[in-house]
Amino acid sequence: MSDPVLSVRNLSKSFGGLKAVSDVSFDLAKGELLALIGPNGAGKTTCFNMLNGQLRADAGQVRLNGTSILGLNPRRVWRMGVGRTFQITATYASMTVRENVQMALISHHRKTWDIWRPASGLHVEEAMQLLDLVGMREQAERAAAILAYGDLKRLELAIALAHAPELLLMDEPTAGMAPRERVRLMQLTADIVAERGISVLFTEHDMDVVFSHAHRIMVLNRGELIASGSVDDVRNDARVQEVYLGGGTLFEGQAHG
Amino acid sequence: MSFYFAQFLTGLSSASSLFLVACGLSLIFGVTRVVNFAHGSFYMLGAYVAYALVQFVPGSILGFWGSVLAAALIVALVGVVVEILILKRIYNAPELYQLVATFGVVLLMQDAILLIFGGDDQFGPRAPGLDSVVRVFGEPIPEYDLVLIALGPIVLGALWLLLNRTRWGILVRAATLDREMVASLGVNQSWLFTTVFFLGSFLAGLGGALQLPRVSINLLMDLSIIAEAFVVVVIGGMGSIPGAFIAALLIGELNAFGVLVLPQATIVLAFVVMAVVLVIRPYGLLGKAETLAHVAGQVELPIRPASTLAKSIAGLLLIGLVVMPFLAGEFAIVLATDVLIFALFAASLHFIMSNGGMVSFGHAAYFGLGAYGAAFVIKYAGGSMELALLAAPLMAAAGALIFGWFCVRLSGVYMAMLTLAAAQIVWSTAYQWQDLTGGDDGLLGIWPSEWAKSKTAYYYLALVLCGGGILAMRRMIFSPFGYTLRGGRDNPNRTESIGINLRQHQWAAFIIAGVFAGIAGGVYVFSKGSIFPDEAAIPRSVDALVMVLLGGVQTLSGPVVGAGVFRLLEDEISRLDYWRAILGVIIISIVVIAPEGIAGFIKKIAVKAGFERNEEQAS
Ligand SMILES: Nc1ncnc2c1ncn2[C@@H]1O[C@H](COP(=O)(O)OP(=O)(O)O)[C@@H](O)[C@H]1O
Ligand SMILES: [Mg+2]
Repeated sequence: MSDPVLSVRNLSKSFGGLKAVSDVSFDLAKGELLALIGPNGAGKTTCFNMLNGQLRADAGQVRLNGTSILGLNPRRVWRMGVGRTFQITATYASMTVRENVQMALISHHRKTWDIWRPASGLHVEEAMQLLDLVGMREQAERAAAILAYGDLKRLELAIALAHAPELLLMDEPTAGMAPRERVRLMQLTADIVAERGISVLFTEHDMDVVFSHAHRIMVLNRGELIASGSVDDVRNDARVQEVYLGGGTLFEGQAHG
Repeated sequence: MSFYFAQFLTGLSSASSLFLVACGLSLIFGVTRVVNFAHGSFYMLGAYVAYALVQFVPGSILGFWGSVLAAALIVALVGVVVEILILKRIYNAPELYQLVATFGVVLLMQDAILLIFGGDDQFGPRAPGLDSVVRVFGEPIPEYDLVLIALGPIVLGALWLLLNRTRWGILVRAATLDREMVASLGVNQSWLFTTVFFLGSFLAGLGGALQLPRVSINLLMDLSIIAEAFVVVVIGGMGSIPGAFIAALLIGELNAFGVLVLPQATIVLAFVVMAVVLVIRPYGLLGKAETLAHVAGQVELPIRPASTLAKSIAGLLLIGLVVMPFLAGEFAIVLATDVLIFALFAASLHFIMSNGGMVSFGHAAYFGLGAYGAAFVIKYAGGSMELALLAAPLMAAAGALIFGWFCVRLSGVYMAMLTLAAAQIVWSTAYQWQDLTGGDDGLLGIWPSEWAKSKTAYYYLALVLCGGGILAMRRMIFSPFGYTLRGGRDNPNRTESIGINLRQHQWAAFIIAGVFAGIAGGVYVFSKGSIFPDEAAIPRSVDALVMVLLGGVQTLSGPVVGAGVFRLLEDEISRLDYWRAILGVIIISIVVIAPEGIAGFIKKIAVKAGFERNEEQAS
C-alpha cells in the first residue's frame, strides 16, 4: 500500500474534565472512503474540527502527505488541499448558487483582493462545471437562501470541490435529508471522489449509507476508537454491537427515525 | 497624600453616579438586547423632573429625597411608555434599527424637555442636612459625595437581592443568559421586558435626580452621560451588573486621577481603556460570549447589476446634476453640494455596514478626521486646497487603520460600541486639544482655491469627487473584494473555511470606508469654510446611520436616496422651533413602519409592477 494521504496519531482533546477525543489514531489511504461513526456526542465533530484547524488539539499528530498540519489555521489547511462540508450547512444566503461556488473559486485563485473587476464574470465555466457535477446546474441562478435542504447539501459539496481537494472532510453530509435522497447524495459523492481520486473522511448516522458506501469504518465511543475495519468486521464486532444495539444507546439514525 | 485620598473619594462618588446609570442600561441590554441610546435621556429627564418637584411643589411636601424618588418613578413610567409604544415593535429588528429608533427618542426627549423647562442651565438646591463639607485628613469632602459613595454599593446589593432572591429576578437572569429558554418556559416575555424597562429607567432617573445638588442641569446631559455609560457597560460586560460596578469604579477613578496627569485627555482615556479591555477580553470583564445567534433581520437577496430602468434613472439623475447649476439659484447649488457630500459619507458607511455587516456607530470619526486633516493643511502647513483634499482621506485612513485594527477583532454590538468609542476619542480630542483644533471655537477661514471659489465651481468639484467616490464604491461592491465582505457578513465560518482571511479583508474595507468618509469631510470643510468638533460627534454618526436607513439598508442606491431626502428634509424642518422632535418622530416612524427604507420601498413597487426582476421568477 502506498503512503497514506492522512495520518492521525494520538489525537486528543478535552473540554474541562470531559475527554471529548482521546488518543485517536488512524490512516486514510488515497481514494478511500472512511466512515467515522459513533453515538451522538462521541466526539466526531470535535475530531473534524481539530483536523481542519478550527479547534486546537491537546495532543497528537496529524500529517497530510507527510506534512504536519496540526496547529495550522483553517485557511492554511484549506490551502493545503483539505475541503470540508459542515454538519449545519454553511452557504452564503445572499448570493446565488453560482456565486457561492464562484466565491470558493475566487479564493482558490487568490483573487479576493481584486477591487475592480466584476466578480460575477470570474470562473463562470468552472463554477458551472462543478454545479453540473452535483446536479445543480439548473438552479445556478437561484438565491441560496431559498434552496431546499438537500440542494444546499449538494451546493456545499460543489463548494468543497472547488479547490480540487485531495481530502474531503464531510460531517454528516446527509443529515436532515429524506432516506432516498441520502443514498443518492452519497452515491454521487462516491462517484465524484472515485473519479478524482479524492480521499474522504465522513461521519454519518444512517447505517444504510455507511454500509453501502464506506470502504472502511471506524467506531468512536466517548472519544475513544473502539473498533475499525471493513464493513463486515465492524458489523460483527461485539463491542460495537454492545455500544449500539445492546447497551441501550441507539444508533443515532434510529434515534432520529 | 491626603490630597490623593480626597481625589480617590471624588472618584468613588462619580463611580457611584455612573454605576446607577450604567447598571440600568446593562440590565436592559442583558434582557432585551436593545442598545438603548435613550437611557441618557431618562437620566436627563430624572434631573429635570427632580428639579421641578423640588422647586415647584408647594410647601415642599416631598422634600429633597421624596422629590428624587418621585422623579425616578416618573421617569420609570415614561420609560415604560416608550417601551410599549416603540421598542415592543422592534425587538426582532437588527441592532442598527433599534439603535436608530432609540436615538429618535433622544431627539424627541431633548425637545420635550426644552419645551417644558426651557434651554437655560438650571441649578438645583443642596440636599438638606448635607450641604457642608467634612474634613478627611484635612481635605474638604462634600457630605453629599459621601452619601453617593455609600449609595453605589447599596444599589448593587439591592439589585443582587432582587435578581437572586425573587422569582422575577431569576427570570431576568435566565433571560440574560438565554432569551429563547425563557420564552419556552412559557413566561410572559412581554411583561418581563416591560418590567425590566421600568427598573432600568427608574435607575437612570434616580441617577439623574441625584445629580441635582452636584452639577448644573442642562440639555447636554443626555449624550455626555450615555457615552460614558456605554463605556462602563461594555467594559463590565454587557448584561453584567457586577461588571458594571467594577467598570464604574475603574472609570470613576480613572477620571479622578487622569485629570491630574492628563487634564486634556480625560475623555479619551476612558475610551482607550475600553478599547484595550475589549481587545483583551472581547466580551468585557465579566461578560459572556453571545449565546444567541445574532438577529438576522430580513433575508437578503443577491445583488444584481442595475436593471435598464435603474440605469436610466441614474443616467437622468446624473444629467440633472450636471445641468442643475444652470437652472437653479445659488441656494439650491449650496444645498446640492451638501447632498453630494452626505451621499458620499452615507455610501461609505453603507459599504462596510450593509455590504460588510460591520455596524459602525461612530462613522463620524472619519468624516471629522478628514475635515480636520484638510483644515490642518490650510491652517498649519500653508498648503493649498488641492493638497488639503489629499490630506483629508489620508488622515481619515490613518484613523481607520488604527481603529479598524481593534474593531474587526469584535463583532455585533461589541464592534458597534468600539466604533462609537473610536468616534468619541476623535471628538473629544478635537474638543479638548484647544491649541491644535481651536476646541469648541473650531478652525475658521478655510476656503477653496481661487478657481473653485464660486458656488458653482465648488459644486462641480464636489460632484466629481463625491460622485466618483460613490461609483467607485459601487464598483467595489460587485468586485471579488466586495463579494468577500458580503460572504463574511453572511457566514464568517464558511469564509474562513474557503481559505479567506476575513479579518484582513474587513480591516481593508474599514480603511476604504474611512478614505471615502474622509474625502466627504474634506469637501465639507471647504464648503463651509470652518470645522467644529461637532462634525465628529454622536449626532453626526447617527446622521449617517439615518441616511442609510432612510434610503434602505439593503438597497445599493439607498445611501444616495437617503442622503438626498435627509438633507432636504433637514433643510425644511431645521427652520422650525422643534425640528429635533420632528426628526425624531420621522426616524422612529421609518424604523417601525418602513424598515426597508425609501429606495427599498420603491424597488418593491417596481418589482410588483413588473419593471424589475423578481428573484423567484428568475429561477
Ligand atoms: N466547544 C465545546 N465545549 C465544551 N464541550 C464541547 C464542545 N464541543 C463539543 N463538546 C462536547 O464534546 C463531546 C463531543 O461532541 P461532538 O464532537 O460534537 O460529538 P459528535 O459530533 O460525535 O456528536 C460532547 O459531549 C460535546 O458536548
Ligand atoms: Mg457532530
